[in-house]
Amino acid sequence: MTTPKKQIEERRDVVIRFAGDSGDGMQLTGMQFTTATAIFGNDLATLPDYPAEIRAPAGSLAGVSGFQINFSSRDIRTPGDCPNVLVAMNPAALKTNLDDLEEGGILITNTDAFITQNLKKAGYGTNPIEDGSLAKYEHYQLPITTLNAKALEGVGLTKKEIDRCRNFYALGLMFWLFDRPMEVTLRWIEEKFKKNPELVKANQMALKAGYYFGETTEVIKKHYRVQKAALAPGLYRNITGNEATALGFVAASVLANKPLLYASYPITPASDILHELSKHKNFGVKTIQAEDEIAAAGIALGTSFTGGLGLTGTSGPGLALKSETINLAVMAELPLVIIDVQRGGPSTGLPTKTEQADLLQSLFGRNSESPLPVIAPATPGECFQMAIEAIRIAVKYMTPVLFLSDGYLANSSEPWLIPDFQKLQKIEIHHPKTGDAFQPYMRDEKTLSRPWAIPGTAGLEHRIGGLEKENITGNVCYDPDNHERMVHLRANKIAGIANDIPPATLLGDQEGDILLVGWGGTCGAITSAVEELRQQGVSVSSVHLRYLNPFPRNLGEILSRFDTILVPELNLGQLTLLLRAKYLVDAKVISKMQGQPFTIKEIVDGVKRLTLKKEVRQWQKQAAHPS
Amino acid sequence: MAETSSTPKLSRKDFISDQDVRWCPGCGDYAILSVTQKVLGDLNIPREKYVFVSGIGCSSRMPYYMNTYGFHTIHGRAPAIATGIKAYNPDLSVWVATGDGDGLSIGGNHLLHTLRRNVDLKILLFNNRIYGLTKGQYSPTSELGKKTKSSPYGTIDYPLNPLCFAFGAEATFVARTVDTDTQHMAKVLERAARHKGTAFIEIFQNCVIFNDNAFQEVTDRESRWDKGLYLEHGKPLIFGKEKNKGIRLSPKTFLPEVVTLGQDGVIEGDLLVHDENREDTGYAFMLSRMMPPHFPVPIGIFRSIERPTYDSLLSEQETLALKNQGKADIQKLLNGTETWKVSSL
Ligand SMILES: Cc1ncc(C[n+]2csc(CCOP(=O)(O)OP(=O)(O)O)c2C)c(N)n1
Ligand code: SF4
Repeated sequence: MTTPKKQIEERRDVVIRFAGDSGDGMQLTGMQFTTATAIFGNDLATLPDYPAEIRAPAGSLAGVSGFQINFSSRDIRTPGDCPNVLVAMNPAALKTNLDDLEEGGILITNTDAFITQNLKKAGYGTNPIEDGSLAKYEHYQLPITTLNAKALEGVGLTKKEIDRCRNFYALGLMFWLFDRPMEVTLRWIEEKFKKNPELVKANQMALKAGYYFGETTEVIKKHYRVQKAALAPGLYRNITGNEATALGFVAASVLANKPLLYASYPITPASDILHELSKHKNFGVKTIQAEDEIAAAGIALGTSFTGGLGLTGTSGPGLALKSETINLAVMAELPLVIIDVQRGGPSTGLPTKTEQADLLQSLFGRNSESPLPVIAPATPGECFQMAIEAIRIAVKYMTPVLFLSDGYLANSSEPWLIPDFQKLQKIEIHHPKTGDAFQPYMRDEKTLSRPWAIPGTAGLEHRIGGLEKENITGNVCYDPDNHERMVHLRANKIAGIANDIPPATLLGDQEGDILLVGWGGTCGAITSAVEELRQQGVSVSSVHLRYLNPFPRNLGEILSRFDTILVPELNLGQLTLLLRAKYLVDAKVISKMQGQPFTIKEIVDGVKRLTLKKEVRQWQKQAAHPS
Repeated sequence: MAETSSTPKLSRKDFISDQDVRWCPGCGDYAILSVTQKVLGDLNIPREKYVFVSGIGCSSRMPYYMNTYGFHTIHGRAPAIATGIKAYNPDLSVWVATGDGDGLSIGGNHLLHTLRRNVDLKILLFNNRIYGLTKGQYSPTSELGKKTKSSPYGTIDYPLNPLCFAFGAEATFVARTVDTDTQHMAKVLERAARHKGTAFIEIFQNCVIFNDNAFQEVTDRESRWDKGLYLEHGKPLIFGKEKNKGIRLSPKTFLPEVVTLGQDGVIEGDLLVHDENREDTGYAFMLSRMMPPHFPVPIGIFRSIERPTYDSLLSEQETLALKNQGKADIQKLLNGTETWKVSSL
């Protein structure tokens, strides 16, 4: 038999979504596809989307796990609005994801899973594969389970074990369909199952069988190629936000020449930071899994008091518990970094989904006047430098710093230009020594920060705590004027950090009709939306804030140059509220509260909707008061 | 502020800070403070190596009065904060001052985990069976039915026994002493200081304002010898003014019982001999359950065993990681396992 020559089609970018039961290994499949794609040289962005239940009943709608990847020959910033390709391993996966698939998109279904029982669980009256409802897609019906089992006949594994390899079969097919190299995954399988050579063989066979199925059979007539992207030159790796966060803090510890102690209590989606950091004890990193978030914050603060880099991390509900300790850090003026990987709320909310609604909690969720710096990375890779920045600010200003990440940044990945460590700026720390003239609350004139005297230093013995401090001596003091002075001093210290952070920069024109103001993980979607709108001739610019307290010092002036200010954020308008309060501007929110990141289209539409309304209003005004 | 210290010979005076002590006159806290200062003076540890950490409550003001490093923190969380201090710098001698409300109510969780981890901390639990600082509400150690401001009909919460709690948490050093017996307290504190691991010391402390004479049975000079049982390692459990009463295991019930020497043929050899070093907590637990009216109150060191400390294990893991993973190479870490190169166009 001669291999038929297949057609190959060039595409600029492709969005694929893998969807299946939580037991189907979809996250793993997605990650492997991502690694292969990264190494091939495309730009990419991913969006894992998994249920809160560890193993919902097999085949149920609640148990569907998805992984989306957008890869491209150009610079991209989001996981893609709607998939061009959907791989549905069962009816439930089809049901929950089909609406997102683009019209005419490629649909691959594992027909073996479309049996009565599964159809019923997914709530299908008729079999969608047979009832014609999928006709508008380029639908490939493949009995993946059967094909995989056939390919693995005689490998000496149980049927169950063989069936568990089917995700690699599907992955192999996708590798062929999109012209990806298999080597990395083959190597990965070898490493992963090295204790069981039979599993290595079976999974590798499944992967190859899927690949060659695409190549040799008649079923699929063409495949696709996405050229390498023109990324900035350098050495790259793929990285998720949580990985970048952990590495950033290890790097900060090396840059500051000071051990790091990370104390945390497991919580989704922050746990991976604890997992990652606990691997790096050879860097002097100490990790402690505390009894709860309060203890974790306390252990980290104890570390800071002792002269170490105290770090604690959590998600929203845990941040609520830490607030009393954070306030003690504000009063004691100790450096402490708190990571909050935001998730859907309130309360336990949507543990595995993303949201940006802890901003006000970060700024105001503590008793009394309790200012602290709040910073937020904008992309997964950027978590790295913002982690270093968090430590830099904390130790320079002797203050707790809140590092606001979110579920989307935490789990999604992108190619990351690996920094040359030698070129990163060292973090200078000065501890007063024996013999230095020392008062615990004497302040540095420029930064207003107090000295960081550490236990074990003879002659600097001192006592601090949560009770109000007398200026300079740090003694307990209930004097009303002193309290007022200290409240101002603490506020001024944090406000002054504005002089030590980069000014905000604009994307688009320096002035114009519309300004989008964003923060955190929405950066990719906002940037892409601005580009799209500008191509359509809309006068729109954007500014993305990495510093939420204090704001960059040029922000007010930037806002004043635009007529309309719109704030896309995954909450009901928290940054919007801050901008309105601080700058007295009529900022409006483009809000989304679905546990999912913005699509580009949602922002484009949001801008049009809000600006259109404004035009109509103006027109109405003119009609009412004709000039 | 602080003069340079580190002189090898220190005394109580060196540990008195420049802050005015603001406890109510007659409060048992004074004795605890003064004994602690004295004991530290005798220990031969440089002053700058001491850190006192506390939560919130009258007792938790203690760090301000100690001329050492001190951190007066938040209600109930001192054990966690102290854990961070000791974990980061195992070279320090870290002490925790806490109250029955602070340590057992709001901070019960942290105390439990600190004890089980065996962090090398010295924990002084000032037990006055009342909330002092908030002016007289019942605490987790208040007797059932106690009438206080917040329990005008009497409490309906069954009291917690701090020592039983400690044994339940696998504490490696557990002792009880009394504010009025400063010599005994000094001995216990010294032993605690030398213990490697969490040392938990319950100190009966009199709150003259809100719960005066709560421990009268043990502190009163008259009744002390009848109602108190001073534990000494290797010695039989004997008490009473005439030193003629003792504790033995009843041959019938296998439970402890009070016997009188010389009566019904009971001799000293029948009595239980105190052993601090028992690995099994059963014996210490039994002792800690003894209380009036059927038993004397045991005072002294209930348990003292060796077990690796949390801070030393933490450091050991670092050494192990260095051995297994090799010297840290940050650039290698940043690079990860799968990289690719994009060359300039
Ligand atoms: C979060 C919090 N809740 C409540 C309080 C109020 N509070 C201060 S001290 C205290 C009780 C202290 O009792 P105890 O630990 O027995 O100490 P004592 O004052 O008797 O020495 C309470 C409830 C507080 N400071 N913080
Ligand atoms: S209220 Fe009680 S415990 Fe507090 S200082 Fe006064 S006497 Fe001591």
